[in-house]
Amino acid sequence: MVERISREEVAHVARLAQLALSEDELDAFTSQLAAVLDHAADLEALNVDDIEPSTHPFPLKNVLRVDEPGEGFEIEEVLEGAPEVEEHQFRVPPILGDS
Amino acid sequence: MELNSPDMNDWETVIGLEVHAELATKTKMFSSALNSFGGKPNSNTDPVSLGLPGSLPVLNEKAVELAIRVGLALNCEVQKSVFARKNYFYPDMPKAYQISQFDLPINKEGWLELPDGRRIGIERAHLEEDTGKITHVGGGGRIHEASYSLIDYNRSGVPLIEIVGAPDLRSPDDARDYVSELRSILVTIGASDGKMEEGSLRVDCNVSVRKKGTEEFGTRCEIKNINSLRSLGRAIEYEAKRQIEIIESGQKIEQQTRHWDEAEGRTHKLRSKEEAFDYRYFPEPDLVSVEPSEEWIREISGSLPPLPRERRHLLAEAIGVEPTETSLIVQRDLDTFALEAISSNANKNRVLVHLENNLADGVGELTPEAFASLTVMETNGELTSTQTKTVLAELVEAGGDPQEVAKSHGFESMDNSELEEIVDRIISENSDDWLAFINGDETERKKKSGFFVGLIMKETNGQADGKIVNQILNTKSKN
Repeated sequence: MVERISREEVAHVARLAQLALSEDELDAFTSQLAAVLDHAADLEALNVDDIEPSTHPFPLKNVLRVDEPGEGFEIEEVLEGAPEVEEHQFRVPPILGDS
Repeated sequence: MELNSPDMNDWETVIGLEVHAELATKTKMFSSALNSFGGKPNSNTDPVSLGLPGSLPVLNEKAVELAIRVGLALNCEVQKSVFARKNYFYPDMPKAYQISQFDLPINKEGWLELPDGRRIGIERAHLEEDTGKITHVGGGGRIHEASYSLIDYNRSGVPLIEIVGAPDLRSPDDARDYVSELRSILVTIGASDGKMEEGSLRVDCNVSVRKKGTEEFGTRCEIKNINSLRSLGRAIEYEAKRQIEIIESGQKIEQQTRHWDEAEGRTHKLRSKEEAFDYRYFPEPDLVSVEPSEEWIREISGSLPPLPRERRHLLAEAIGVEPTETSLIVQRDLDTFALEAISSNANKNRVLVHLENNLADGVGELTPEAFASLTVMETNGELTSTQTKTVLAELVEAGGDPQEVAKSHGFESMDNSELEEIVDRIISENSDDWLAFINGDETERKKKSGFFVGLIMKETNGQADGKIVNQILNTKSKN
């Protein structure tokens, strides 16, 4: 079987998602993801030359909403889910880096 | 690192800008929470802007319309577009991805014209949602020394247009001109309020350097955190020098993202290429494609007002100057004032002076018609330039009719025959000085002319126009 995904790639993707995986988990996910990719690779056997590429399973376009305000959250409601609150804001540990 | 001054003349700076502008919608890009600046933190949120599980985005039609307006104003091709998830893990976007556009942006390949006529390429202008705003507390506001961070999600989900310019700019002045022009276009077409100080217009800047005469681009660095046109210029200048120094000392530029520190006047390394985010873009499954009909695009195109470029050219032609000289007036939205005055035959130079120097802080209550009749009064010598300035200031403050305002200040125009009588009387009362004026050398003439003008001004309580007095004196001295 062709190696669909390496253990290093799985570790990289896990790091991007801020997931801490154990060695055993890394092995398990590597083989599981490889199986998913294998399945997707079956599609490569099909001839799709005459098929227009699609980005969505539904044949819909231009689903739009009128620019009118609706009901939002009250501040208290929003901050109920915050770990800590200061000046109506979510207070979180210091964040390294910038977006 | 202290920067020496390398010989900048051997080098060329290459600049490409990415401008994010918040679109002037009432509500957010994908939900009906309010899009407004300056409210209480977290007062304009809903499940979609907070990225709560189960919430689903629905696209704001107005955001699409404004994006198309921007595309058309920047001479882009408006095309079928698809939203994509840009995945990253950071608390400004709690759902761990930002909805943006990737391989199919709504607008592609356009251009923007600088006042000097050069065309700067626009690679794309795509839609995306804004993120929440993070404030780093402690450590003097510096990210790396902060003791904790505060997050306000009011900005999360505000519609943005990201305008990616080609690396066609060559100097800090070019970059500032480009942003001013872009801002002016966005405001004119009603797409954005363009306020850099409120963060509704944000500029990221790619800078590289190369030896003059070479074709190949150098390795670039991206500079973030530029908050004004002034810091844009300073940041580019600093960054270009830094890169030239590195190359001249025999080292290589590392591709980096750098942070502009306004207080220190320098850039700091934020991350290297290896540490760059790996965004793993894929089509957003919760949204379908946007395919604006030709009819809609035509309709939007027909509703666009005259753009700054056209207005600049129109005014330049009317005045008989180069478009570079009319760009400031157009940016200040004062071209209707200029055209009104010039078509009423006011002196063009005086009109320009007033618009550029005396109306820099806005027009207040002044109307184009009042401005035209005021400048005509000045041109006809009914008001001196100082009097005109006084009347102008009052019209800006309180509006009104220039004639009335001039009258209320006692600036009634002097009839020239009345003025001549006064001149004759003054001459006969000072006949020795008059002879000295007529027969004197250049210096003596100047001295005596000042003497007479002074006396006449005193006699008329300053209402006479100095220029006209001089003309009368000269004519009489030749008789």
